[in-house]
Amino acid sequence: MALPQAKTDATEARLAHLQMPDGAGWANDARADALSRLRAMGLPGARDEYWRFTRPDALNAPVAPGAAVFDAKETALFSDIDRLRIVFRDGVFDAEASDDFSHENLAIERLSDATAKDIHWAKDLYGVLETRGQTPVKRPFAALNTAFATDGVVVRATGKVSKPVSFVYLHENPNSDAILHFVVRVEEGAELTILENGPAAARFNKCMEVEIADRATFHHVRAQGRDHERLAITHLFARLGEESTFKSFTLTANGRLTRNEAVIEVNGDNATAHIAGAAVGDGDFHHDDTVFITHDAVNCESRQVFKKVLRNGAVGAFQGKILVKAGAQKTDGYQISQALLLDGDAEFLAKPELEIYADDVACSHGSTTGAIDEEALFYLRSRGVPSSEAQDLLVLSFLTEAIDEIDDKAISADILSRLEGWLHRRRRS
Amino acid sequence: MLKINNLHVKLEEEEKIILKGVNLEVPAGKVHAIMGPNGSGKSTLSYVLSGRDGYEVTAGSATLQGQEILELDPEERASAGLFLAFQYPVEIPGVGNMTFLRTALNSQRKARGEDELSAADFLKLIREKAKSLKIDADMLKRPVNVGFSGGEKKRNEILQMAILEPKMCILDETDSGLDVDAMKLVADGVNALRAEGRSFLVITHYQRLLDHIKPDVVHIMADGRIVKTGGPELALEVENNGYADIFAEVA
Repeated sequence: MALPQAKTDATEARLAHLQMPDGAGWANDARADALSRLRAMGLPGARDEYWRFTRPDALNAPVAPGAAVFDAKETALFSDIDRLRIVFRDGVFDAEASDDFSHENLAIERLSDATAKDIHWAKDLYGVLETRGQTPVKRPFAALNTAFATDGVVVRATGKVSKPVSFVYLHENPNSDAILHFVVRVEEGAELTILENGPAAARFNKCMEVEIADRATFHHVRAQGRDHERLAITHLFARLGEESTFKSFTLTANGRLTRNEAVIEVNGDNATAHIAGAAVGDGDFHHDDTVFITHDAVNCESRQVFKKVLRNGAVGAFQGKILVKAGAQKTDGYQISQALLLDGDAEFLAKPELEIYADDVACSHGSTTGAIDEEALFYLRSRGVPSSEAQDLLVLSFLTEAIDEIDDKAISADILSRLEGWLHRRRRS
Repeated sequence: MLKINNLHVKLEEEEKIILKGVNLEVPAGKVHAIMGPNGSGKSTLSYVLSGRDGYEVTAGSATLQGQEILELDPEERASAGLFLAFQYPVEIPGVGNMTFLRTALNSQRKARGEDELSAADFLKLIREKAKSLKIDADMLKRPVNVGFSGGEKKRNEILQMAILEPKMCILDETDSGLDVDAMKLVADGVNALRAEGRSFLVITHYQRLLDHIKPDVVHIMADGRIVKTGGPELALEVENNGYADIFAEVA
């Protein structure tokens, strides 16, 4: 079916401002393929089924709308965590600021270096999970990313990696438009944690493809930067092998527009996939979590836990799907999306979806929107806790189920203190 | 200690008058009990005194140690020494019981211009208080009241009382939902807190709680007023004959 002219025009207008990197080596084919797929699907429009809650205009715009650089007064996140830092400045790898890549059980290469070498595992993965993730729902910005990513790294864990690999995304140019692509492979029995933090750019398009082999473990914790005007569209594609574990948590505080898509294929028996998010927005804030989990193996568990705290015009959206294929018996799927609206001027839009073709599964989902529990607030105040502090405690209480999805206690404590700080700065007495 | 003078209260949202001129004085160190049938206004009185939303005071006053409290926020009343033990303690997932207690205690101390208690000192304090109420370490670590049995919730209320050391304690139907052993444990906790500078207002339907927490004075409340005041024998009279005799007598 031919695309509507408006879509074609928008897509071509955007493409006119994009350029494929020179000498992209083995990635050239994948990039060319992604470009033709992008042309065929077109950039999203407001009437597309999965773009009804989030306007794509600012993401479609040929030139990124600017975003002021936020001067955070607090210490950078994860500062006290022993980690291997890989720094990007407005989407460009900064070797000076980064740690040495060499580490036990770990192979890391910058994407531009990797594509010039014969690295089979990365070649076999670049754009592959992204392509698979385009069915049944189109993800144009992921295809755009595969075609035009200007930087990124490939990461391979061959055993237990003793410290997290930490991507630090600095934003210094108010007009930067960054497209980063990451390919991650966690080999059989290996364990890897990836941390991400920072706004990255005025407009950030990020795609991460993660292959988790049998009995491998992948942990992912990210915090998206606090710059108020920044835009972000991110995709996380994961494929899980037998008895493997995938756990991902995202904190989003501030940001004019954030859309985080996750496409998880649970393909090996007895695998576990957890994905969680805590988003807090005050004012010009639109946050969208779009998650698609496919169960195609026996006796697997998946959990989606998404919590949003919204006020003063902030909007949250959640589109979460669990697809259980025929034969994926004993699937245990859970999905919860909840919003806490701190005033009457906030909005939460949710679309939970279950599609089940196996007959011996347990899947549950729930979505709620509510205000602060007055009874609990009174209880805390009656014990002497001041109203503003009591409200913060109840907000954190609301977010607990999501934060609890972070296994590492030091990391979750760091995330929690970020949230406490955010709430504290926004106290209204 | 607590002085309530001609207190009139209606519901904020509707034209329903609940308290129609309550007069009550609880001297320092005394235990007063309020009994009365359902709908007489007992729980409303406890809520109005502790500052819950939804009620409007149309006349009268309430003072704690001479300080007018009805205009204060709930947290200010707590720091002034008022404590309400809830009939239905609220569950707060994600907030550890210990964190909650420390936040509450230090908030009150701060409000009174006292130094906050260090984590180590607090730990020492809570261990000591918890032991006497048979509250184990696990209950302290769990989120506030989440998964607690009815008895555990009430014991947790008394633990808060023991930690916060209020001057005026109001117990709103603390006996509801408790078996005999749990009630005895809770009553023992309350009795251990009886002191010269601390007063209690025990709101209950039944005389049996008053077997364990012996009141100095018993008030009977009906239709938004205190209709009769007497000694502990008044509670026995209610237990044996119900309220009908008393109402007939005061009508």
